[in-house]
Amino acid sequence: MSVNLTLLIVMGALYACGIYLILERSLTRVLLGLMLLANATNLLILATGGYAGLAPLFAKDIAAKDYNDPLPQALILTSIVISFAVTAFMLGIIYRTWLLARQDEIQDDAEDRRVAATPSFDAEDDAEVPAETSEFPLTMLGSDGMDISDRGASGADTTLHAGRQADQPPATVLAGGREMPAEHAPAEEKPGSLNIDPSPEGGGK
Amino acid sequence: MNIASLAPLAVVLPILGAALTFLLIRHTRAQRGVSIALLSLTLALECLLLASAWNGGTAAVTIGGWLPPFGIVMVVDQFSSLMLVVSSAVSLAVLVYATGQGMADGDHDAPVSIFHPTYLILVAGVSNAFLSGDLFNLYVGFEILLTASYVLMTLGGTGPRIRAGVTYVVVSVVSSVLFLIAIAMVYGATGTVNMADLALKLGDLDPGTRTLLHVMLLVAFGIKAAVFPLSFWLPDSYPTAPAPVTAVFAGLLTKVGVYAMVRTETLLFPGDTLNTPLMVAALLTMVVGILGALAQSDIKRLLSFTLVSHIGYMVFGLAMSSVAGLAAAVFYVAHHITIQTSLFLVTGLIERRGGSSSVDRLGGLAKLSPMLALLFFIPAMNLAGIPPFSGFLGKVGLLQAGIELGTPLAYALVIGGVVTSLLTLLAVARVWNRAFWRRPTDAEHPDPVLLAPQPVRVAGPGAKLNSTVTLLPRTMVGSTAALVMVGVALTVFAGPLFGLSDRAARDMLDRGPYIHAVLGDAAVAGTTGAGGTR
Repeated sequence: MSVNLTLLIVMGALYACGIYLILERSLTRVLLGLMLLANATNLLILATGGYAGLAPLFAKDIAAKDYNDPLPQALILTSIVISFAVTAFMLGIIYRTWLLARQDEIQDDAEDRRVAATPSFDAEDDAEVPAETSEFPLTMLGSDGMDISDRGASGADTTLHAGRQADQPPATVLAGGREMPAEHAPAEEKPGSLNIDPSPEGGGK
Repeated sequence: MNIASLAPLAVVLPILGAALTFLLIRHTRAQRGVSIALLSLTLALECLLLASAWNGGTAAVTIGGWLPPFGIVMVVDQFSSLMLVVSSAVSLAVLVYATGQGMADGDHDAPVSIFHPTYLILVAGVSNAFLSGDLFNLYVGFEILLTASYVLMTLGGTGPRIRAGVTYVVVSVVSSVLFLIAIAMVYGATGTVNMADLALKLGDLDPGTRTLLHVMLLVAFGIKAAVFPLSFWLPDSYPTAPAPVTAVFAGLLTKVGVYAMVRTETLLFPGDTLNTPLMVAALLTMVVGILGALAQSDIKRLLSFTLVSHIGYMVFGLAMSSVAGLAAAVFYVAHHITIQTSLFLVTGLIERRGGSSSVDRLGGLAKLSPMLALLFFIPAMNLAGIPPFSGFLGKVGLLQAGIELGTPLAYALVIGGVVTSLLTLLAVARVWNRAFWRRPTDAEHPDPVLLAPQPVRVAGPGAKLNSTVTLLPRTMVGSTAALVMVGVALTVFAGPLFGLSDRAARDMLDRGPYIHAVLGDAAVAGTTGAGGTR
């Protein structure tokens, strides 16, 4: 199998540029990089077909080895169509990112950051087990050894029975913002994180 | 005329359905009817294919009149037909679930009308990948399902989904380019892309070239299957998609990668050249994946990490390249598709009922909805591998095969497998304790829905409360329950299923039936194959 050197050099250059570009954070550059990679691969497939021969139209007086190998070109055609579709889709996504975030960069995953920042101490798993675990707490002890029912008005509201809550729907919402012991505070999210502000699909339903 | 010659219909029917539903894009009801009917028909057809593979062994169908080494060929053997049946059953359940969700929410979002066509194209791509008998057609199958998955992943175009979608698309495209490079190299080295033909010709290559091709293919498939060093894209991108979409992705897409790895290892590159690195990758996938799961508080992310972790079990079974190991891996793939999908579906229900999928905000669900608790408990215990369930049987099969192998690395993997199983139990038990058992008021940020007085529970269309959304529509619960029951059925019928896996593994390691079915009797010459059935 003979190989065209120019084709190989062009292919190598395309791969190099493509790999450089997909490592960028800017989405448009990533897209350009992907396009270069796809085209470099097309050249690679073309190179596997060997030297350029005659068009593969059968004639009795042409020896079999004089024809061009048609299969790589069929493969390239398929791969061009696929990369075309993916490029169009990527452009759509990039435009959407621009509309939503006004920037052409890959965004950080907020939940990822939150998990990474969570301390290994877990308020619930690592807390001392309360002495009293019944449904009707008289003197329920928290991990700080204090009576849980002593913790401010909003905390006390939530431990009351459901009939009281039906009269005061806002009290249930407040329960999320009840006061906590200071040692539990690191496990809590800061304002603006995912849990405070639920995703469009998450809360509300 | 053989049943197996109907195999292309498994791809054609969903594509036809996609075209029809696309025409019916303004008629949501008709769309639902058409897609569910066609997918049921596909499932029935695939059951026939499985029956024929069970009785008659491997069969091949040539398409377009081109003889096997040159034209496209579809191969139905026990492994591929089993995968087809399981994947279609799962996708049918998810489709019914998604339909139920659409009906409950009233389909106000315009993009939902493209859900049905895209979903059917995804199913067609999965079927094509399972059936294809040549590498390039496998690539096309992957591209069909990936392109459909890009659309499903970013459905609605909200901020988090676009962000996750970008990562997903870029990683998938890179893995596809790697796969395409590998195909080009394979073609350059051997002059064929037909897998049966390659099985004969790759053996003649220089060992260095062969290892290069082998590694290229494994890396490309490893990204798609989310094997450890290549798995970081998955937990980042899956959880943001709508619940049914995440469920079907988790069940099917990575398994298509695993399927391709199995074919590469058994058919194209038999022997044990890369078994040691594969085993190390399997061990790391299991352990790193499950440790990631333990750190999560969002159930969807947690399940995505367990998904990565359990891919390790399948790679473990594959890397042993013994009949016992491969049979257990085949069984485990079938088990895991069902279980992982049902867990994601249940998580979708939890999110609807509890208003959140974060364990910090959930609580008391066992009391609010005992049905939901049961639906979560069964697949969760199944995933962790608690004795009566199929997860346990699959793991026992793998561990037995590992001990049979007896090398130090195999023992390390056996220990890793047990540890991973226990840690999976810990992860799902944490979800259980927090979301289901504790009182809602004990949650760190309880969702208002959970603290609301009881009447919300029976809120339906026409209820007096201001909520217009049915929290747990019957269709959604029903389809989830059906899938959970399929998971239980895998336990009940584990005997025959293991028998089938065993025969599939034998046939795959033997390679003879596959090559014979594709290339015919004069397999070595590779030119006289009638492409007929055996």
